[in-house]
Amino acid sequence: MRINPRLIDKLVSRTLSMQAYFTVGILVIIVFIIFVKGISNCGLSFMLTYPEDMGRHGGIFPAIIGTLFLVALSILFATPLGIGTAIYLTEYTKESRFTSIIRFGVESLAGIPSIIYGLFGFIFFVIKLGMGWSLLAGAFTMTIMILPTIIRTSEEAIKAVPKNLRIVSHSLGATKWETTVKVVLPSAAPGILTGIMLSIGRAVGETAAVIFTMGSSLRLPTSLMDSGRTMAVHFYILAREGISMEKAYATALVLVVSILAINILAYYTMNKVTSKYS
Amino acid sequence: MSPSKAVLKERIIKQILTACAFSSLLFLFLIFAFILVEGLPLFYKVGVKNIVFGMKWAPTKGLFGIFPMIVSSFLVTFGALFIGAPLGLGCAIYLAEYAGRQQKLFLKPALELLAGIPSVVYGFLGVIYIVPFIRQFIGGSGFSLLATSIVLGIMILPTIISISYDALTSVPRSYREGALAMGSTQWQSTSRVVIPAAKSGILASCILGMGRAVGETMAVIMVAGNALKIPTDMLDPLRTLTSNIALELSYASGDHRMGLFSTGVVLLSIIMVLNYLANFVIRRTVIK
Amino acid sequence: MSICRALLLTVMVLGAIGCGGDSTSKAIYNKHIVNIAGSTSVMPFTEKLAEHFMVEQPTFRVNVQSGGSTAGIQACMNKTVDIGMSSRELKPDEKTLQEITICLDGIAIVVHPDNPVTSLKLSQVRDIFSGKIKNWKELGWLDRRIDAVTREEGSGTRGAFEELVMHKDFIDDGIMVQDSNGSVKEVVATDPYAVGYLSLGMVDTRVSAVNIDDVKPTADAIKKKQYKIVRPFLYLTMGTPTGDATTFINYVLSKDGQLILKKEGLIPVNESK
Repeated sequence: MRINPRLIDKLVSRTLSMQAYFTVGILVIIVFIIFVKGISNCGLSFMLTYPEDMGRHGGIFPAIIGTLFLVALSILFATPLGIGTAIYLTEYTKESRFTSIIRFGVESLAGIPSIIYGLFGFIFFVIKLGMGWSLLAGAFTMTIMILPTIIRTSEEAIKAVPKNLRIVSHSLGATKWETTVKVVLPSAAPGILTGIMLSIGRAVGETAAVIFTMGSSLRLPTSLMDSGRTMAVHFYILAREGISMEKAYATALVLVVSILAINILAYYTMNKVTSKYS
Repeated sequence: MSPSKAVLKERIIKQILTACAFSSLLFLFLIFAFILVEGLPLFYKVGVKNIVFGMKWAPTKGLFGIFPMIVSSFLVTFGALFIGAPLGLGCAIYLAEYAGRQQKLFLKPALELLAGIPSVVYGFLGVIYIVPFIRQFIGGSGFSLLATSIVLGIMILPTIISISYDALTSVPRSYREGALAMGSTQWQSTSRVVIPAAKSGILASCILGMGRAVGETMAVIMVAGNALKIPTDMLDPLRTLTSNIALELSYASGDHRMGLFSTGVVLLSIIMVLNYLANFVIRRTVIK
Repeated sequence: MSICRALLLTVMVLGAIGCGGDSTSKAIYNKHIVNIAGSTSVMPFTEKLAEHFMVEQPTFRVNVQSGGSTAGIQACMNKTVDIGMSSRELKPDEKTLQEITICLDGIAIVVHPDNPVTSLKLSQVRDIFSGKIKNWKELGWLDRRIDAVTREEGSGTRGAFEELVMHKDFIDDGIMVQDSNGSVKEVVATDPYAVGYLSLGMVDTRVSAVNIDDVKPTADAIKKKQYKIVRPFLYLTMGTPTGDATTFINYVLSKDGQLILKKEGLIPVNESK
């Protein structure tokens, strides 16, 4: 018996849409659970007070500061390097063996799992360079980790800038650098910004690479050589060691909301770019 | 500014930019160098066979066998793929072929946001919901191959969805139009024309998903139970290469620490092979 | 042009921060800093001591990190930290460090509060962890596999457990592994069929400690030497402790410090003072 292909089409379409909505459902459920369980313990005072008794009571102020420091530092290091690389790859060289090696390097860095970054950061920055568990060691490790994201998004953003803009600028007598800085980068800025925001999201949520390089001291870090805890690490320790489930959920809420906000902002910026050029 | 000055400036700028571009390679080199320098000596000392095929991990007693962890890493990876690939592919196909513009505008970012949820959150929810569920309704302690596969299966969804979606949408419109013009239904055109054309990209998405699953650490530590035996059952606990490193790194010294770096060497090799495979598969499509 | 300048500025600022980070911040905050790392068993108690200590001595900043006994010993040897924490005795090659016993701690064998098994023989505990006893039926409960949980290699608690309970036997490979007292407790508290071991000081109402050879694990039983699974909590320093580290160690060994440890369920070493 032959089944009507239209019927199959309808069935398949239903199944596929169910799969898609099921997957979105997973996201919604995760956010919902974290929100419902975390909201009652999560307020301004939670974010602004110090933890007591290993985090069983009190807030997560040092963890928020630790996260901000780590993110700010690694973005500060990675952005110039990443944009520089992207500019080099797109504006300053033709496709060659060298560029394909660099692209291979970037791709490989992107594929390395975070625990390997943790191992590397631990042996190189913490031990060999004698930084100890510190903000700086964490930030350097994180810099390398987010670099591929920044390079790739910046490269795409720069490539998307129409060629005529450059030609016009050159014909007006601008040098390559002047063209890059005054014409190309401003038009590519939203795309680059997207990459930076995605990197921030990645750094905020990372645990494995951070815990072995930045340590897990609960004190407020006051110098670059101080150890500290990010929210993700604090959440991991709270949850894993069963210190306090209420505080764990509350920390997760701050963590997830900030990451989602950053990512949504990133998509919004990216959409603005794509609608501008397409 | 005199022209010669301008030329000089351009040259310096180019050098700075080259240095920037070179930094990625430098970092990659440093990572490999330090992992290898720390990890390789043990291979000489104990023997490659005794590490890669050794069955017993007792580093404080001089045994560094990580074979069970290699097997476990692959088991959870295939488990994750078994759960994540059909679901992810379904999502990608729906997005690329069936969803309307409005739906796409909502679904695509929502699906990509899954990638933003930190892995510790996945692990935590796995411990709180999936592990007890398995313990109560299926059996065992709950910390198991099954629980780990489910958690990882969800975690690799964004990778599979976004890469297969790109592969599907890069199939030329004319293919679909041709099929539809010949009177085939949407599904016939998708299953007989579009999916075969996007085959390599879909395959690559699965390989990269595997890479993600092999490399995941914190979520796995939380739900896998970390026992050293090769699991014989979906409900047995297991330890992957990544969790072995993270469980013991801060505790280890001397040969023990080297053993963890050797674990890192093996992990890095597996990841590089997977990445290379994915790249190879993708490149083959481009040439075609 | 502006980007170039910004880049240069960044590099300069980074250089300045990199060079001066440590000393400047110390100068600005004018704090005495004591860095401590090591055993996850000792860590929570040190953290608590540090909290109290810093209330009394506001100019001090005590950084406490876990990481494990071995890491603590290592960090202490290469002077990454001022004080190392260990929950196991030092090995011969580690004896170059100065040891200060801050208190004693029992290792409790814990099960879920709903578990009717409340007493075990030491040999039964050994058989559970070496994989000879696999089912609760063999211990007089229902027919269900035992979900045993151990600690990872390198952990001081595991080292002490192997020495005091396992003797020559190996811990079985099929047994689950968790990497801190807290995570062992989490597993036992949520899995009715689990059994694990952890620092007596960490036992609370969420898990129940079984009697071993009919001795209830209490501070009293440890003092009277009736409960046998006991290990010291050590602070380690490279050479005789100096400066800020001494101030903290003296506080820990003082009446106040020891009282805090006693309240936490540990056995003070300096009670007479």
